[in-house]
Amino acid sequence: MTGAKALIQALEKEGTNVVFGLPGGANLPIYDALVGANLRHVLVRHEQSAAHMADGYARIKRKAGVCFATSGPGATNLITGIATAYADSSPVIAVTGQVPVAMIGKDAFQETDIIGVANPCTKYSFQPRAAGEIPEMVKKAFYIAESGRPGPVLVDIPKDVQQATAEMKFPDLIKVRGYNPVVDADLSDMGRAVEILVKAEKPIIMAGGGVILSGAFAELQALAELLMIPVVTTFKGKGAFPENHPLAMGPIGMHGHAEANKIILEADCIVAVGARFSDRSVGRFDEFGKGMSIIHMDIDPAEIGKNKSVDVALVGDVKSSLRTLVKLLSKKIAKRSADNPWLKRRKELVQYYAETLKDYPREITAKKSLKKLRELLPANGVVTTEVGQCQMWASLHFDVIAPGTFFSSTGLGTMGFGFPASIGAKAAAPKVPVVDIAGDGSFNMTENSLAVSVLEKFPVIVFLMNNYMLGMVAQWQRTFYNKRYSGVEQHSCPDYVKIAEAYGAQGVRVGSMQELDKAIKAAIKSDVATVIDIPIDPDEDVYPFVAPGTGLKDMITGA
Amino acid sequence: MATTATQSGSWYIVTALVENKPGVLFRVTNLFRARNFNIESITVGSTEQKDLSRMTITTNSDERTLDQLVKQLRKLIDVVEVKVLDTEKTVYRELALIKMKAVDPTTRSEIINYSTIFRGNILDIGKETITVEITGTPDKIDAFKNLVEPYGIAQLSRTGVSALPRGVEV
Ligand SMILES: Cc1cc2nc3c(=O)[nH]c(=O)nc-3n(C[C@H](O)[C@H](O)[C@H](O)COP(=O)(O)OP(=O)(O)OC[C@H]3O[C@@H](n4cnc5c(N)ncnc54)[C@H](O)[C@@H]3O)c2cc1C
Ligand SMILES: Cc1ncc(C[n+]2csc(CCOP(=O)(O)OP(=O)(O)O)c2C)c(N)n1
Ligand SMILES: [Mg+2]
Repeated sequence: MTGAKALIQALEKEGTNVVFGLPGGANLPIYDALVGANLRHVLVRHEQSAAHMADGYARIKRKAGVCFATSGPGATNLITGIATAYADSSPVIAVTGQVPVAMIGKDAFQETDIIGVANPCTKYSFQPRAAGEIPEMVKKAFYIAESGRPGPVLVDIPKDVQQATAEMKFPDLIKVRGYNPVVDADLSDMGRAVEILVKAEKPIIMAGGGVILSGAFAELQALAELLMIPVVTTFKGKGAFPENHPLAMGPIGMHGHAEANKIILEADCIVAVGARFSDRSVGRFDEFGKGMSIIHMDIDPAEIGKNKSVDVALVGDVKSSLRTLVKLLSKKIAKRSADNPWLKRRKELVQYYAETLKDYPREITAKKSLKKLRELLPANGVVTTEVGQCQMWASLHFDVIAPGTFFSSTGLGTMGFGFPASIGAKAAAPKVPVVDIAGDGSFNMTENSLAVSVLEKFPVIVFLMNNYMLGMVAQWQRTFYNKRYSGVEQHSCPDYVKIAEAYGAQGVRVGSMQELDKAIKAAIKSDVATVIDIPIDPDEDVYPFVAPGTGLKDMITGA
Repeated sequence: MATTATQSGSWYIVTALVENKPGVLFRVTNLFRARNFNIESITVGSTEQKDLSRMTITTNSDERTLDQLVKQLRKLIDVVEVKVLDTEKTVYRELALIKMKAVDPTTRSEIINYSTIFRGNILDIGKETITVEITGTPDKIDAFKNLVEPYGIAQLSRTGVSALPRGVEV
């Protein structure tokens, strides 16, 4: 069997049924091996989008998504997508072609040291030097990408290794000596966490992306409902907990919900569940959680104490840690009542900000359109986002009901992620409607994936909040640079309805809330991708705002 | 180059057993650069096991940075084991080759004298230079270097520290 055939078989053995990619000279043998294989190949128009599609697929399935590219420029085009997956701990497997072994290091045509380039943004990388190594390396790539703290893995295969034949052995079990992720947290640490929680009067849960990666939704809810305490999330953790739940308070941080940012300052104990204390969620490290006890649950030991010293660290998979914690806590306390002063305070804050924060005065606003989308989209509908104001408005005004249905490039903040990721998500969940909450600038970056959505029949919805502005940057220029605009205006170009139509998708421009209502309903039913072009006032700001370098207490609400 | 406690923290020896295969040193040094870890010396060499190499890293760090350095190293897939050695319970040595300008006979005999006191080896004597090998703790090498510096050091090459725990501890 050839190395290329072994690759395809190894992928199939891992359960991969779709790959996203684009061919070239150095991966021709792989593309030839695809002919007649069960594996579905989705041809992209730019490799960056292939990586985002694999990422979107992986986030839904909580299993690795796979993308292909040729050597050199094909491989470097993947990098933004790989870095995006790395920043958000997403299991993407990138398979690149490489120049033949004998040509490596000779500055051959389309030779790039992609392992070197990708090193800082991959969990690991492989370069088989003999065809017979491929089955085991692929198996290890999946194991490393999907287990522990997930992350992208690169498999860089020289062309002659793809072509060579060998006796193939597909291992069932593999071991990686230097890699042993912890699953179950230490029990004595668990005991200390229980002690703190039993005594705490105003504990709060801060749920992060780790809960979604682990799928520990029921376990998180069990802890919250046992203690009857407020639940805030990070932005990456948005939707780890149903946002229509009476304990939910939404994301904290730079553009967190006002009541969430406020209440966490008043807590006496923070239970951080699968969150890494990013500067965007906690503001200043030194101020955050001052005087409070912090319990940190994380699967990555290197996250413990990285940004924040904590009182108790529970290193392990949050699914297991939460289960044990709830079990041990239940032995000490009975389910607490909802009628407690801490939850009264929660209600007070929610009410206060609901009355104080003003709506932007216009027929169509970001908030109104997102509330409308929520009203019409089924609870299990999947949402991805682009980056910028559109993303933060989604965080603020679109409530996630079914846990694990909201995905965004949060760590890297990659414009252009949302649309290809929505296609990957649709490939993973073909039966549910999938919406990319987009900004014009971001959508512009990867809009050529419309070809993929039309030709490969992934009818997703692009919910385009169009201010014809790199709006988030414009907002910072209004706030910090005395409204001096520099490099942010898009001058009404291009016409996104025509763009959609040029690809054979549907484009609708809406002029009123009523038209928006109609357009969303039609798009959900449509069997072709729809771009809904929603005019947003370029002056509309995102509030609340915690300026960089300041603390959550310095939040500006814009009211 | 200070080898004892400095303002930025204390001096630590960290050893790592790593897979003996291409690219591992790259991954380790790239990690140090990307995470802003300040490394004083790093050595790599073979061990009693054919498929494992030992890296010895010395660093001036505060405790928090050291903790991160160790954890980030452990996180690398090719790193099998990481330990911070207690310098009290560790044997550690560095080797230095020092070539000095030495033309007149007094200088030459002084250098040879110092070298004997430091249990150095004279490796080469030319018309105008003497090359000495000194083995010891980094402190000892620093001391010798400071002593002979006034004569003029033509070239100097240090290996970095190599270390093992004392006694039965493995
Ligand atoms: C324009 C913009 C604005 C932003 N504003 C905000 C903001 O206002 N607020 C905000 O919070 N963020 C904001 N972000 C996102 C921010 O940059 C970070 O990406 C985000 O805060 C990280 O969330 P997290 O801590 O949940 O970490 P993640 O990146 O999701 O990390 C997950 C953590 O969980 C751990 N983990 C993974 N799997 C498991 C498991 N099975 N069990 C246990 N632990 C596990 C990991 O080791 C890691 O420590 C913004 C981003 C952009 C682009
Ligand atoms: C690839 C990339 N380039 C630049 C940025 C910096 N950036 C962050 S938000 C933003 C504006 C995004 O514009 P748009 O998609 O229209 O969203 P809006 O803020 O207008 O809602 C820019 C340029 C980025 N995050 N990603
Ligand atoms: Mg915009």
